[in-house]
Amino acid sequence: MSDKHTDSARDRAMAETDKALSELISPRHHRAEIVFAVLSFAIALFLATQWSSQTVWFEGQRAGRQPGLWPLIAIVGMLAFGTGELIACILRNRRAGGGSALTEVALWARTGEFLAWFLAYVLIVPWTGYLPATLIFCTALAFRLGYRGTMLWLAPLMGAVVVVLFKGFLSVRIPGGALYELFPRAIRNFLVLYL
Amino acid sequence: MDILLAALATITRWDVIAALLVGSIGGVIIGAIPGVGPAVAIAILLPATFGMDPLVGLTLLLGIYGSSLYGGSIPAILINTPGTPVNALTTYDGYPMTQAGQAPRALGLAFGGSFIGGMIAVIALILFAPVLARIAPMFGSREIFLAALLGCVMVVVAHRGQALAAGALLFFGIFIHTIGMEANRYTMRFTFDQPWLTQGIDLIVVVLGLFAVSQAFILLASPERAGKVPKLAGSVARSFMEVFRYKRTAATGAACGTAMGIIPGVGEFVSQFLSYTFARNRSKTPEMFGRGAPEGLVASESANNSVPPAAMVPLLALGIPGEELTAMMLTVFYVHNVIPGPALFQDNMEFVIALYLCLAILNILALLFLLSATRPLLHVLAVPGRFLGLIILTLSFVGIYSLRNSVIDCMVAGAFGLLGVMLKRLHLPTVPIILGIVLGGIMEERLRTSLPRIRSIWDWVDRPVSQIIVALITLVLALHVWGIWREWKGRKANGQGPH
Repeated sequence: MSDKHTDSARDRAMAETDKALSELISPRHHRAEIVFAVLSFAIALFLATQWSSQTVWFEGQRAGRQPGLWPLIAIVGMLAFGTGELIACILRNRRAGGGSALTEVALWARTGEFLAWFLAYVLIVPWTGYLPATLIFCTALAFRLGYRGTMLWLAPLMGAVVVVLFKGFLSVRIPGGALYELFPRAIRNFLVLYL
Repeated sequence: MDILLAALATITRWDVIAALLVGSIGGVIIGAIPGVGPAVAIAILLPATFGMDPLVGLTLLLGIYGSSLYGGSIPAILINTPGTPVNALTTYDGYPMTQAGQAPRALGLAFGGSFIGGMIAVIALILFAPVLARIAPMFGSREIFLAALLGCVMVVVAHRGQALAAGALLFFGIFIHTIGMEANRYTMRFTFDQPWLTQGIDLIVVVLGLFAVSQAFILLASPERAGKVPKLAGSVARSFMEVFRYKRTAATGAACGTAMGIIPGVGEFVSQFLSYTFARNRSKTPEMFGRGAPEGLVASESANNSVPPAAMVPLLALGIPGEELTAMMLTVFYVHNVIPGPALFQDNMEFVIALYLCLAILNILALLFLLSATRPLLHVLAVPGRFLGLIILTLSFVGIYSLRNSVIDCMVAGAFGLLGVMLKRLHLPTVPIILGIVLGGIMEERLRTSLPRIRSIWDWVDRPVSQIIVALITLVLALHVWGIWREWKGRKANGQGPH
């Protein structure tokens, strides 16, 4: 009786691990996947309608040499797998749950704010130069994130380290800003080269 | 022997030694910070390596790739949060061991398992290199096309339960590759008369968007992760020696990782799964797996750390990357006009051996660093998540903007960042997009160069290597279809729908 009990506990434990392993390899479906499925299908459909005008197909050439072949293969593949994914998502959403789609989409939308921050940073670099833009960006974003005190001071410091490390030491190519033109020549050259 | 000595002479340069140190220590630190991971770090550092010697740049990136898996086991074991996605399986047995007051033992075993896995893989590949040098020239355009096709098939079927999404994303990647002016007839493809699309979409912009920018967005938009430094009492170094009690498990893990790493599109997850399942089936206490089994920890860590050296085989021998990290490394080769492929093994064997020796040294350096500095390293876990997002976004800008000083590239990366957020949140794979871009390019080029020798469909399989690859593709597809059929039958019998 005791052996039987131990065996069943062992089987249960192994079944639990199996389930966890299976979820690691193939994660659970989320209802919001339907948004991805619809979007990917719609994009594939749009690209399919554009194929003939956006590629060239030469008469009398073998298919393998046609410039339009690989876009065609890609679009047909996107359409085929996209259709399958859309049908599978509809069926899975009908049969089972897996989180709220609206909550998830709202979270994606929230990341849009940080895209705006990133693009603002990108746009001010050619004007103010890399170092000033980075200092402004890091401080402002850290403030927006709610950091005060030490962390707020650490943010521009981190930005300065990044600029010095990449532009000063690793010599990555980032041109100087329009603001640097206001400085005397010797300082300007230094700023353009290292900051 | 001469080749080995020449390779040794190559790696004793100061710049290579500096890259070894920075790569191994940097990799461990990056791996230990949950939310960063090697893909983000490599994507950011990639443009900075373009100015370096190929061996130096690759050593630095390989160091981060290989060592990050060591570091990733620390938060997986101590706070139940994998440092890199690959360390997820480590939490299964590592964290229960921590809860049972055996954290130093778990860390020692994880580092030991990783070390044995990494070293066995490197030694196997150094011994295997002369064989590869003989096999590689058998790969002509047709064989490389078919090997790339095998990679595409593998990346789709390896995503169990998500094959349809993976397929759609793979073809999306192939489509991205086709955008711009094609190099054969100089016609435009899907440029919509936009001059900025003429040059196409740069792979690194996509990589940085999908991995780095998206990760920054996710961290910035998530609630603040409280950063606490976990306490660690006891000696990790002493526990490290215990791994030799599980040498068979570690060797099996290394064998699984090496075999799976060589096959394009498979990667760490499948190798870990195989190694873990094998160790459990052979264990006297299989019920302990998932509850703090030392063998489980060793099986998972030895398998994942043997993949990076093995993943270099298809990259170096055929120019075919198996996953996103080797796809990024491929760009470093191209930038320096070192074309990976059969000729590399014939003409530049010392470069290949030097790279493998670097991998071996990286494993030793990472282990020494961990055994001496695990406690101070725990402080990186205190970095707040949103602040980490700010750092990643600032670093992403350098990576993207320094490529072509293009604001449009940054906008494209931002768009891919949003796509990456969607995919990561839905647990959908991002790797197929990257492999689609790279393998799509290889397949298009190789198909074109194969055409003069192709008269009928049978010409594709008139040589032994191509026959083997076609047989492999057929077998993989047949097994996948059979798996779906079995799963469907099982669900039907249980009266369940798909999850």
